[in-house]
Amino acid sequence: MAKLIIPTPLRKFTENQSTLNSSSTTVSEAIKNLADTYPDLRKHLFDDDGQIRNFVRIYVGDEDIKTLDNELTALQEDSVVSIIPAIAGGVL
Amino acid sequence: MSKISFSKEELERYSRHLIIPDFNIEGQRKLKAAKVLVVGTGGLGAPLLQYLTAAGVGTIGIVDFDIVDDSNLQRQVLFSVDDVGKPKVEAALKRLKGLNPHITFNTYNTRLTSENALDIIKDYDLVADGTDNFPTRYLVNDACVILEKPNVYASIFRFEGQVSVFNYTDVKGEMGPNYRDLFPSPPPPGLVPSCAEGGVIGVLPGIIGSLQANEVIKVITGVGEPLSGRLFLFDALSFETRTVKLAKDKDPKPITQLIDYEDFCGLNQNDGKKYNVKEITVEELSKLRALGEDHQLIDVREPYEYEISHIDGALIPLAEIENAVNQLASDKKVIIHCRSGVRSAQAIEKLEKKYGFKNLYNLKGGILAWANEVDTSLAKY
Repeated sequence: MAKLIIPTPLRKFTENQSTLNSSSTTVSEAIKNLADTYPDLRKHLFDDDGQIRNFVRIYVGDEDIKTLDNELTALQEDSVVSIIPAIAGGVL
Repeated sequence: MSKISFSKEELERYSRHLIIPDFNIEGQRKLKAAKVLVVGTGGLGAPLLQYLTAAGVGTIGIVDFDIVDDSNLQRQVLFSVDDVGKPKVEAALKRLKGLNPHITFNTYNTRLTSENALDIIKDYDLVADGTDNFPTRYLVNDACVILEKPNVYASIFRFEGQVSVFNYTDVKGEMGPNYRDLFPSPPPPGLVPSCAEGGVIGVLPGIIGSLQANEVIKVITGVGEPLSGRLFLFDALSFETRTVKLAKDKDPKPITQLIDYEDFCGLNQNDGKKYNVKEITVEELSKLRALGEDHQLIDVREPYEYEISHIDGALIPLAEIENAVNQLASDKKVIIHCRSGVRSAQAIEKLEKKYGFKNLYNLKGGILAWANEVDTSLAKY
């Protein structure tokens, strides 16, 4: 099963779990399933048009999915999917 | 470069650099000739400034508008108790001069803005971004892009850190990616973690700021491979580290001038979208309490914040407020507060719009204002 790594700022939406397993075969499916399981996460990952937000990057291994097949990037049993959000520090 | 010479004291001070074959006196000369601007003297600035000063970077600029606060000392190890209340650049300068008298320091006791950024940055070879907010991060990035300066970036949140080297020109003359290639635009204010969800473990900026200082030294000296085109991620909780590839955006928006970054980050929303709630000042609440006027006080912070300090409000965290609607009075003033007034305003907006409450008042400035103006014995955080 592919592994999803949840970044600190989004863990409050995943019951504080930092990694989750996914049996999805594409990034798109894995991220959508994640948002279905944890609906509060959706607005942090997708904009109103369903596109992945500008301040979130999705990686498979060390490759940005934009340099692979974007959201259609295939996932293998040992794939590691990282969700990487912009973080600025302590002040808002 | 060979014109740069060292006194006996300097040679002895830097001897552990000079005896590294790949670094040697050439690396030290490059450090001495270099001008580095450190933006922010907070958690990241503390290790950055101390290591760059100790290592012998010839000219160091320090930008910060803030004053040293008690709550800084948990991680900003540049400062001591005696510095509380002093301008950060002043306290930093005193400490750093004591650390290395061979360095030229320029201090800027000001906020970096679109008006002054180009003028300040233009005199430096490299910028190290140790700021703590999105508007300044985009400002530093854009100014570095316009002036073609490398930007050594680090950012932290709770237990997590990011490091990269942006806008770096390699030996072939090719410019690497910048911050906007990674994140073209910032999260809107509503999706940025609130103060209840912020915080940082004190050691983390020490770790991440030290990595940042190391990248500054590598970029200046040309030793090793700078973290350009890569993003380093560190999770202090799991001790997982990852280094991922970072490519330039294939279709970037050109950066030709500085803009209003508060606006860019959605912080100036006075366009009618902002919902106005009724307010009460801490002074008014204090009088109301003294007169014994009937009211209900609700605290929408988290239990761990209540533990730090409270003013006896009924604790109903913001996320729970809708489940607790039946606990809110409808026949008297209900005053809602949080730390600074943002979450309580959100609570009121939700309660008024969805449940039709008309008796809700936001405590202006929250418990921080109460601690400043009514009860100074209360701990601020």
